[in-house]
Amino acid sequence: MNPKRRQKLILVGAMVAIVALAMTLLLNVFRSNIQLFYTPTEVAQGKVPPGAEFKVGGMVAADSVERLTDGLTVEFVLTDHAEDVPVRYTGILPDLFREGQGTVSVGKLDDQGVFVASKVLAKHDENYMPPEVADALQKAADNKKQQPYGSDTVILQ
Amino acid sequence: MKEFLAMGGYAFYVWTSFGLTFVVMTAIVLSSIYQRRQAINSVKRQAAVARQRADQKNSL
Amino acid sequence: MFQWFHRLASLKNFYRLAEIITPWLAVLCAILLAVGLYRGLVVAPTDYEQGESYRIIYVHVPSAWMSMFVYMVIAFCSAIYLVWNMKLADIVAQASAPMGAAFTFLALATGSLWGKPMWGTWWEWDARLTSELILLFLYIGYMALRGAFENSAAGAKAAAILALVGVVNIPIIHYSVEWWNTLHQPASITKFDTPSIHISMLIPLLMMALGFKLFYLVNMFSRTRSMILEREASTSWVRNRAQENNL
Repeated sequence: MNPKRRQKLILVGAMVAIVALAMTLLLNVFRSNIQLFYTPTEVAQGKVPPGAEFKVGGMVAADSVERLTDGLTVEFVLTDHAEDVPVRYTGILPDLFREGQGTVSVGKLDDQGVFVASKVLAKHDENYMPPEVADALQKAADNKKQQPYGSDTVILQ
Repeated sequence: MKEFLAMGGYAFYVWTSFGLTFVVMTAIVLSSIYQRRQAINSVKRQAAVARQRADQKNSL
Repeated sequence: MFQWFHRLASLKNFYRLAEIITPWLAVLCAILLAVGLYRGLVVAPTDYEQGESYRIIYVHVPSAWMSMFVYMVIAFCSAIYLVWNMKLADIVAQASAPMGAAFTFLALATGSLWGKPMWGTWWEWDARLTSELILLFLYIGYMALRGAFENSAAGAKAAAILALVGVVNIPIIHYSVEWWNTLHQPASITKFDTPSIHISMLIPLLMMALGFKLFYLVNMFSRTRSMILEREASTSWVRNRAQENNL
């Protein structure tokens, strides 16, 4: 390669490297701002902005969803399996909202530590499969739970 | 057929997505064809001009 | 190797090569898109959670993949153009940019149409969505910068530098769902993992993705050939072919 081209190649490489480095540093500084939501653990640790609206994300805890008598207000518990946040929301829930699903809620904490949501979004996971396959997987998981030594015994026989 | 078109209640979202994709991709193809025509016309025009100039030179 | 590189770099040879392979790619592309569309919309089963709405994946994911792939092509060509001053690389980059922008727009629009019924929102400023929007602005900026210069060579140089600077956005888009918490779910298909998408749904998706890639190649080759004609209009090989009515 002739020296002039080599010089250009090094120049281009250096340019990309410097921009990448600058971006890395910048993203590191703004890391917390890039997060879409706070986790229930962060809420419990008081890391959330006081009195302001923020987003909290986690799993809708099993058997926690309760519809109040007005038919529109829903109460549920958001969990990250370490800490819980009770949430109250009045409005229409997205189709995917259900217990055991991920969700992101927008709102404020009230005096009692209840998160009063103005918007509830559903997160979905990266799994795609037909319902029959999902059922079969669920059954297999249930069987394993019921007889923890089941599969091992077969092998030992 | 009706069931297929209804997409389990998500007809609007599914068909708008596929329709939009179809429209954009058709536009890409048409614009490729248009660019090719333009290029061919421009080459032919320039060739004609060059030939004319050459003829004039010869007749002088 | 270098000889091959130089021969391909000749606009005349590339014109001829693209002329030969484009029809084959176009036929393959049409077959893949037709079969992929049929298998994706009709044959593939319903999703256990998202019902029929998940079928948007068959246009959303191929568009999103292409939005990044085309950008990588532009960045790669820009580097070659800046270092080796290869005209062909610049033409390929120029021909690709509008299509990259179109795929990015489609990824954003179909994603929005998918997000509304599933997530409950058309748009959320999470890292994945925002970085994909930045990609759209990069494409628009690239095209605008090219057009802004009187001197086309200066415009090409400036745009190539922008494309190379913007390439840092590509890993950010890809890893955004792992580095930060986002509304968008993590990737279903990664190279070193078994995909978390059922095989009956995966095959049509891969067909559509390959179909989109061929669609890009066919159009990129066609546009590159048009641009070669315009730039080489006064050369003897173009003149000869014009005379034979065989452009």
